[in-house]
Amino acid sequence: MSATVQSETPLLEVRGIGKFFGNVTALKDVSVQVGAGEVTCVLGDNGAGKSTFIKILSGVHRHDEGQLLVDGEETHFSSPREAKERGIATVFQDLATVPLMSIWRNFFLGSEPTKGRGPTRRVDVKFAQETMVAELRKMGIDVRDPDQPVGTLSGGERQAVAIARAVYFGAKVLILDEPTSALGVKQSGVVLRYVAQARTRGLGVIFITHNPHHAFPVGDRFVILNRGKLVGAWKKGEIERDDLVKMMSGGAELDALAHELERELQRPEATA
Amino acid sequence: MSKHSTASGPAPAAPSPAAAAPPPTPVADERLANIGTMARLLRRPEIGALLAAVVVALFFFTQNSLFLKLDGISNWTDVASTIGIPAVAVALLMIGGEFDLSAGVMTGSAGLMLGILATEVGMNIWLAILLTLIAATTVGFINGYMVMKTKLPSFIVTLATFFILQGVNLGVTKAITNQVAVSGLDTAAGYDSANKLFGGSFWAPHDFRITVLWWIAITALATWVLARTRVGNWIFGVGGDADAARNVGVPVNQVKIGLFMTTSFVCALTGIMIALRLASTQAGQGVGDEFQFIIAAVVGGCVLTGGFGSAVGASLGALIIGMAFIGIQFSGWNTDWRFLFLGVILLVAVLVNNYIRKRAEGARG
Repeated sequence: MSATVQSETPLLEVRGIGKFFGNVTALKDVSVQVGAGEVTCVLGDNGAGKSTFIKILSGVHRHDEGQLLVDGEETHFSSPREAKERGIATVFQDLATVPLMSIWRNFFLGSEPTKGRGPTRRVDVKFAQETMVAELRKMGIDVRDPDQPVGTLSGGERQAVAIARAVYFGAKVLILDEPTSALGVKQSGVVLRYVAQARTRGLGVIFITHNPHHAFPVGDRFVILNRGKLVGAWKKGEIERDDLVKMMSGGAELDALAHELERELQRPEATA
Repeated sequence: MSKHSTASGPAPAAPSPAAAAPPPTPVADERLANIGTMARLLRRPEIGALLAAVVVALFFFTQNSLFLKLDGISNWTDVASTIGIPAVAVALLMIGGEFDLSAGVMTGSAGLMLGILATEVGMNIWLAILLTLIAATTVGFINGYMVMKTKLPSFIVTLATFFILQGVNLGVTKAITNQVAVSGLDTAAGYDSANKLFGGSFWAPHDFRITVLWWIAITALATWVLARTRVGNWIFGVGGDADAARNVGVPVNQVKIGLFMTTSFVCALTGIMIALRLASTQAGQGVGDEFQFIIAAVVGGCVLTGGFGSAVGASLGALIIGMAFIGIQFSGWNTDWRFLFLGVILLVAVLVNNYIRKRAEGARG
């Protein structure tokens, strides 16, 4: 599948992007791309620069170096709203839905469909409920009752509501911020399936995670960040799961650490 | 809950045979009808208040059968209406995640301002009403703006407003009238027509208060706004999770400031109604009433942390308070007992709400 995708212009691409906060380099020379029907996994441990990276892509921060290209056209986002208008939707892990509100009210919050004019202008509840049920059905979720509060859904299903909403409102690129980090094994699997479904429907997905086991099964491209820099970039098939895991957990660093600990244990007087 | 498709057949029109799961094929929803009417009812915020209202009404009826006769009903709906009108606005504000402790004293401020403009300044009463409503809405704007700008809890900001208004009410009234009240509104130009609309009564022998009609109209309007307008959806959103609402493009600050303005406006309207009817206002009018409004809203199912509640519920809460105040009189008991009643019913309501909220937020039904 990748062969056809690669020849096209990526939906979203960054080239040699960098961001500084005062004299701190948060991100330096990072290049990542995602095409239609592709999942690009951005992996990194805490402090690797993942959140700065998301914030540049979603329009919260402006980049200081490099290029940001949407459909091959260089862009600077001045606000999250602008990124959204260009079809780039970010689903934040915790800040996606309102637990006490019903599913359909959540789905259309901020973009409610209306009918009627003047004082009789009102939310088209029937349309909203039917659309929400249909959109979630496309993701394999069968909503029995549109009035059910989102808080009664599982964590994975809540992510799905946020993803389905972003897709319905015209997202071409979906940025998922650690969608599985707060979830159990089973629920993570559920979310990964939604990621795969979004790809099947032709979206570009940037999947941010620190878990290589979650990234490997769904990813078409893999990028590892460490301390604000690109450690490496691979396409599916160019890297094995074990290598990805090893790179992520800082294989070389771990070896050095093991070596060091060994020495310390052999010479206890050194620490005294 | 939802049902995940576990079908694993080949994807019919999928462009890739890759790791993508096959398009889901949810089974036709045969369980739709099985959602119990009971479960649906329990999800309504006002169901507890409705049951409580029936129980309270029947209880006082056993004490004095006059309680459920038209003359009795006109008595307690009168009391309930002037609690219920502001309680509906306070409920909207609470659903939006904020408090207004200056709501009670605002009814007094409005009555005093109206009285001073009409009697001391000699203004036509209609013009005085207009200016009073504008002034109150401005105070509401300041409340909301301060809360949003400072990000302090509205509890503290409006507590300050409460004391400022209380001080102004006493100070200004004493300075102008040399008394602790403003009276003689009925001598002002336009009083009769204004009183007919805001303070009078209807249904001759039983004398229902016109404020009861206002109460019903305002409850209906608020219910419509909450259930069927975009702003209503935003009110639930900003109260439930302001950050999530902001992320999807809801103008959080405007919604909340608008709610503060609405609350002050409606409270002032209530103060005007009371002032017209009595043709006078005491300088201490309304102090402490804010708690009755909040109790009515909470008894009606509003959650203290916002995002959940209803206007009908707040009105039912006000109805219960009105019935209790009059019922205790009708039963021939000392009226001081009404505070005990308020305390108990508030405690029960908070416990029930807490249980419901936990179910809605966390439990898997």
